[in-house]
Formats: sequence, structure tokens, C-alpha cells
Amino acid sequence: MDWNTIFVTTVKASIGLETVVYALAAIGVNIQFGYAGLLNFGQAAFLGVAAYGMAVTVATFHLPFWLGILIGLAATVVLAFLLGIPTLRLRADYLAIVTIAAAEIVRLVFRSVKFSSVFGGSDGRQNFSGDFFAMNPYSPGTYGIGPISFNERVTWVLTVGWVLIAIACGLVYLLMKSPWGRVLKAIREDEDAVRSLGKNVFSYKMQALVLGGVVGCLGGFLFALGQASVQPDLFSTEFTFYAYTIVILGGAARVFSPVVGAALFWVLLVFVGNTLSEAVSAGMLPSLFTVNNIGAVRFMLVGLGLMLLLIFRPQGIFGDKREIALDAR
Amino acid sequence: MHADSTTTKKAAALAAFAGLDREPGVAKPDPILVVDKVVRRFGGLTAVDVDHVEVQRGSITALIGPNGAGKTTFFNQLTGFDSADEGSWTFNGKQLKGVPAHRVARSGMVRTFQLTKALSKLTVMENMRLGAQNQRGENFFRALIPGSWRRQEDEITERAEELLERFKLDAKRDDFAGSLSGGQRKLLEMARALMVGPELVMLDEPMAGVNPALTQSLLGHVKDLREEGMTVLFVEHDMDMVRDISDWVIVMAQGAVIAEGPPDTIMSDPRVIDAYLGAHHDAPMSAEEFEEQLQEAEAELESEIEEKA
Repeated sequence: MDWNTIFVTTVKASIGLETVVYALAAIGVNIQFGYAGLLNFGQAAFLGVAAYGMAVTVATFHLPFWLGILIGLAATVVLAFLLGIPTLRLRADYLAIVTIAAAEIVRLVFRSVKFSSVFGGSDGRQNFSGDFFAMNPYSPGTYGIGPISFNERVTWVLTVGWVLIAIACGLVYLLMKSPWGRVLKAIREDEDAVRSLGKNVFSYKMQALVLGGVVGCLGGFLFALGQASVQPDLFSTEFTFYAYTIVILGGAARVFSPVVGAALFWVLLVFVGNTLSEAVSAGMLPSLFTVNNIGAVRFMLVGLGLMLLLIFRPQGIFGDKREIALDAR
Repeated sequence: MHADSTTTKKAAALAAFAGLDREPGVAKPDPILVVDKVVRRFGGLTAVDVDHVEVQRGSITALIGPNGAGKTTFFNQLTGFDSADEGSWTFNGKQLKGVPAHRVARSGMVRTFQLTKALSKLTVMENMRLGAQNQRGENFFRALIPGSWRRQEDEITERAEELLERFKLDAKRDDFAGSLSGGQRKLLEMARALMVGPELVMLDEPMAGVNPALTQSLLGHVKDLREEGMTVLFVEHDMDMVRDISDWVIVMAQGAVIAEGPPDTIMSDPRVIDAYLGAHHDAPMSAEEFEEQLQEAEAELESEIEEKA
């Protein structure tokens, strides 16, 4: 068993591209679900329209990179309004139904043969990240401590990513300390009570949906840029459910929980996955386990771990046990 | 001094009602709320069909009626939580039909709920602060600049503290609202409604689920609202409470207002007795009718005995 490789990949996973992307998506979900109680099961679509908005603008229409970013942001806001206007006046479950369906529609449109001249079908789009890497201030080489280091391109993506995470966390911190955040949390508890106190609940829910979508869409940009490519199947429903898992793992309605949750989630996945594959190649596991099925086994083990967490620490890592106790009343 | 003002406000309210007709929809001298021909149907069921009703400013008016009379539905319509199929109503002369609930509250008509809606995972203080109106920090962009709302927040906190003290919840200030008892939640809900600065307070069953020890203090708080110049309209089943605090009673049955009157005499109104107990339960009988019924009953008994034998 090569413990050194396992250690290095695990540490790299804790700050790597997936962690950054999922952390941003989860910060968005935390705003919507954790604070405002909105069940947006279509977070993947928000990242998808942003990533595709940028990629298509640059790769298909050969327009400037920054215009692509603007179009990606605009597409996210439009999606939020499209989903929110018909459903936010209804009971909470309707938003969940509509968003999960919309996310699949968005993904299927991206991969459809009909629109493959625009979106590139199941191959997606490439050749749009040139301008982004042209801005890279790092000269070629590796950056990091000893074996835990990245090349200049990855370093640039991660730098931008962690700066965006810091900004998003700062934003959430300021907002949730303010009267605006108080209205949001109150809506999560009971909409009618908030209405009876003269607050326009629909408007606040819409603001939360848009804000969560926009924060999440930053993750979409980074996902596309970090891989220098977008494919429709990156934005499937599992993506959204991983984001929810991360929020609940960290503890809903806490500023840093999506970030720590995302890092922990990927550390667990990578550590368990690599340990299993090392153990299989060293012949330490029964022949039932092969290189082909340990991918599934690692999800089983991580799933088991998450279940145990929810049983023994239902409030998540940062949650307050008293709040969970209130639900049982 | 307190007792003094109590008597004057109460006397003023009672004077306004003196000599009023007992008919449903009777005109009041200074109505704050005027309702006309409000109808609400759920499929084939007409839940509310109120022809005309007025609520006197500065009074405590009770809305009573048997279960299913449509009191809560009527309440929901007036406060914008449910839409009316027909009709109109004005609050302080302002048309309110079709106005969404949050605008109704802003215009000064604030309600509480039958099933208390304490915001469990917010502290008692946060619950109170939420009630304040025109908060600068509730705007998304200004929320990002704490300096723009801090001072207002301090003023709100001060006002909330005064109210909490009055409602004896100041010790619970930093507890989650979800940890309060049922009665304390009712108190919190009422105090929170006062943070809005209402002119008309609509209480939907303020005594439901409140432990008897708290009843008296809750009653006192409702009376205090009138002392401060507010108008109170409340739905209640507890007739002792209705008699104790209300100045005027409106009775609903099967969706319509069937009678109005002062609390001490309303329960002896035949229309009200009919509504609660059914029209023929003890209709006054002549001596012949009584004889007839007695004979019928005896005949029935005899036939039963014969059957058994």
C-alpha cells in the first residue's frame, strides 16, 4: 500500500477543483435551503446555464470572454425568475418538483442532437478558456509545499476559486447578520407569520433564489474553466444532491458549513477510493472486490458514513443541537 | 391613574354602542372597518356570506359563533390571507379587497393566528425585531452596509425590550421562540404584532391552548390594547372571556352574521341560541303542545315495554 500517494491525493482533494466548485454550489444551496427554506433541487441547472452561457458565447460565437461571463450570469438570473415566478407563491414542494424537472430539461437540451451546432451535443464545448488562462499571473512551474503542489494553470483556477469562496462567505455572513437575513430565516420558519408582519415574502424568496443561483453559477464558470471544457452530464441531478449532502454534512444555515462540508466530502471520497484501490492492487481484499467495482463500493462506504453522521450528529458539523431538538417538539 | 383611564376608555367604547340596534350589520358611529357583501365559496359550500358589518374604532369587538360558522375564513379574507369571491371592505376608508396580506399589515391591520406561529428557530428578540416596519436593513443592498441600519436596529431593540418587559418575556429574550410554552408563544405573538404598530389588532382565538394561570394576564393585555387607542377584533369560543373583555359581540352562523349586541345580553338572543343549539331544541310550547308531547312519549314508552314483553 502506497500511503504516501493516498495522503497526497487526499490533501490535494481538500482544496482541489471539485471542492471549490461544490463549495460554491453548496453556498448557494445553503442560502436557498439553509436560510430561506427553499427546496431548489435544480442547482445543477444554475451552474449549467452559467457554464454553457460562457462557453457557447466564446467557443460557438467567438465573442469576448467577459461578455461570456455576463451572459452566463444573465442566464442564471433569468432561470431563477423562470422557476421562481410560477412556483414561489405556491407551497414549498412545488418549487422542488419544478426545479428538479427544469434541471433535467436544461441538461437534455444541452446534449440534444438538434442543438448540437450550438451546445455541441454530448461532447459539449471546448476552446473557450484561452482568455482566462491568458490572465494567469503565475509563470509556468509548480506551486505548493513538497509533493502537494499544482501546476500554474490549476494554481490560477484554485486561486480564483478560493477568492470567490471567500467573497461569497463574506457576503453570506454580512447578509445573514442583517435584518434582511432575519426575514429570510423567518420565512423558513413560517411564511404566513412573516406576511402578517408586513413583509413581502414572495420578493424575499425570489431574492434568495436569485442570490443562491448566482453564487452557485460562479462554481459553474470555474468547473468549465478548470477543465477547459463543458459537458452536459457534469450537470446531472447527482450534482445537486451532492451539494445538499455537503450542506447537511456541514450543518445548514452556517456560514462556513458548505466550505468545510465540501472539503470533507471530497476528502472522504478520495481517501476511501484511493485506499480501496491501493488495497485491491496489493491483494489485501477478498476477490469479491475488483478494480472495476470499488468505485461503487466507495460510494457505499461514504453513504454509510453520512448515515452514521446524521444518526449521531443530525445538526451537522457546525449545527446547533438545540435547533434540531426544537423540530422534535 | 391606570384604573382611571381604563374606565374612561371602556366607558367611551360602551357609550358608542349605547342605544344601537341589535340587528346584524347595524351602523356604528365611527367604524374603522366596514365590510360589504363578502362571499367565499369552496366548491358548493358557501363558507362566508356576510352582507354588512362594521367594527367600531377604539372598541374590543368579539366575533363568536358555533364551529364551522366561517369566523376564521372571514378573518383570513379581511387580512388578505384568502381571497374573497365577491364583496368589498374598507379599513380606515381604504379599499382592501385584493390587497395582499403584507400590505394589509402595513396599512395597520395586524392579525395573529389560531395555531400560534412563533418562529421557532429565531430567538424571542429576533421575533420581536422582525415585527418593526420600514427597516432599512431589510433592503438587500443596504443590508450589506451595517452602518446604514445599526442605529435603527438599536431603536427597534429598545422598543422590543419595553414590550417584552410588559409581556413578562424579558427573561426569555435570548431563548429560541420554539422553547416557549404555548401561553408564552401567544404572548410573544401578540407582542410581535404590536411591533408593527397596528391600529386594528385581529386576534384569532387568543385563549386557545393557554393555561388558566396565564389567561388573566392575557386578558389584561388585550384590554391594554384598547387603552392605548387600538381597536381589537377577536374570534373566541370561551364565553367567559367574551363577557369579560368585549364591548360588542358579533355572532356568525353558517357564514352569515346573524346577530349583534352587547356581551351581557347577546347570549340570550333567540337567534344566537338557535344558532348554537339548533332551532327546535326547546322552542317555547303552549300547554296543549306540552300535553301532546307528553302523551306521545308515554305511548312510545308503552309500546317499547310491550315489545320487550
